[in-house]
Amino acid sequence: MQKKLILDSDLLDITLSRLCEQLIENHGSFDDSVILGLQPRGIFLAELVQQKIRTLAKKEVPLGYLDATFYRDDFRRRDTPAKASETRVSFVIEGKRVILVDDVLFTGRTVRAALDAMIAFGRPEKVELLVLVDRTHTRDLPIAADYVGKYVNTLESQRVLVELVAQGHKQNRIWLINNKV
Amino acid sequence: MSSLSQRHLLGIKNITAKDIELIFETADTFKEVINRPIKKVPSLRDITIANIFFENSTRTRLSFELAEKRLSADVVNFSASTSSVKKGETLLDTVHNILAMKVDMVVMRHASVGAPHFLSKYIKANIVNAGDGTHEHPTQALLDTFSIREKLGDVQGKKVAIIGDILHSRVALSNIFALQKLGAKVMVCGPPTLLPKFIGSLGVQIELDVKKALEWCDVANVLRIQLERQQIKYFPSLREYSLYYGISKKMLDNLKKQIVIMHPGPINRGVELSSDAADSAHSIILDQVENGVAVRMAVLYLLAGATA
Repeated sequence: MQKKLILDSDLLDITLSRLCEQLIENHGSFDDSVILGLQPRGIFLAELVQQKIRTLAKKEVPLGYLDATFYRDDFRRRDTPAKASETRVSFVIEGKRVILVDDVLFTGRTVRAALDAMIAFGRPEKVELLVLVDRTHTRDLPIAADYVGKYVNTLESQRVLVELVAQGHKQNRIWLINNKV
Repeated sequence: MSSLSQRHLLGIKNITAKDIELIFETADTFKEVINRPIKKVPSLRDITIANIFFENSTRTRLSFELAEKRLSADVVNFSASTSSVKKGETLLDTVHNILAMKVDMVVMRHASVGAPHFLSKYIKANIVNAGDGTHEHPTQALLDTFSIREKLGDVQGKKVAIIGDILHSRVALSNIFALQKLGAKVMVCGPPTLLPKFIGSLGVQIELDVKKALEWCDVANVLRIQLERQQIKYFPSLREYSLYYGISKKMLDNLKKQIVIMHPGPINRGVELSSDAADSAHSIILDQVENGVAVRMAVLYLLAGATA
């Protein structure tokens, strides 16, 4: 198994700052903005984004966790049913500008399911997608991210591994992994 | 990994503690779903479920139907009283006919012990036992233990007394299996005539005095006197039963600790449980009903997902 480092701690911080500056540019006062982290791994990044906006813009943006497991289109098409995680949306989505946050954008199917899951909580005014890593040329659906930390050209057989301190790792690191062919 | 060890839910006896934990964790997420403004998720939208009830039921059937609909499954209902069973059709023929119409899952209640186990040998669809005679009622035991876990934080180490008509109760047997698998201590309490002879062999404590049982337990699961299953007299009168085994609010208030009162329903108010006890702060009877939908959604979701 080969591992290649694509983002280390310092670079990740710079990337996050850039993404949050872009958010500040587009959302201004964040009055009607909310962040939704996608379970299971997007929530850690969503928390980092929330903290960063707090530091940079002195704004408190509401944060929720969204689990799209029950909306996935691969139910009964895999060996075991996907395990659901907690959904915690303590605010109204109706009329809000939603920033969906996930760590890696791959086939786009999770985002499609998340859009469905989100609609169950109301009709947002606008939805944007922020991802740390965009795996280009691997999309199954016409879905694109509005804010991208890093574009990475990958093969289907490769895997992107995100290790964050919040998930219990020693430092923030993002790897590209070659599975055995 | 995240799938059950069985294709069917025939009884708690057949499943593992791990299965129960997985059902609970899945039910936690469904409980959040059914408290949303939009209570429906599309998971089972390509699945058809037949609810086949050879015996009357209000709560269980409604609960299953709601669970199925909240998962977006297509639902057909069948009750024996209005069907060709009356004309002499066998159980296997009835179910084969229903399955020929492309049904993926069967939820069945039957008056005969082992009816779903028998069916599981002959048909391909997943079967959920919604009660077979006086044998098992697995989803009831799951929702009961789920409710204990929700109220007390854990089932492990808790003392649970099952009080009342143990002999005719499928809820009792399934509960004993579920509670023991999750590490709880179980006591059964009732008049000697309503305690089955084999009950001691299950490793449960036996108590004839309801006051002592209440003092011992953290949770009292009170069962209904099932007059419809009693062909002979097991006690002199309902009034006498109520006098010796009925639970009132006063009895609960006189205990040194706060215990939890559960009842699988339907309650015979004034017989096994007085009205003030059933409606008191001790009671989690309506939480049980709410949890029933979430737990059944979890069971259906996990069974349906494993058939790919």
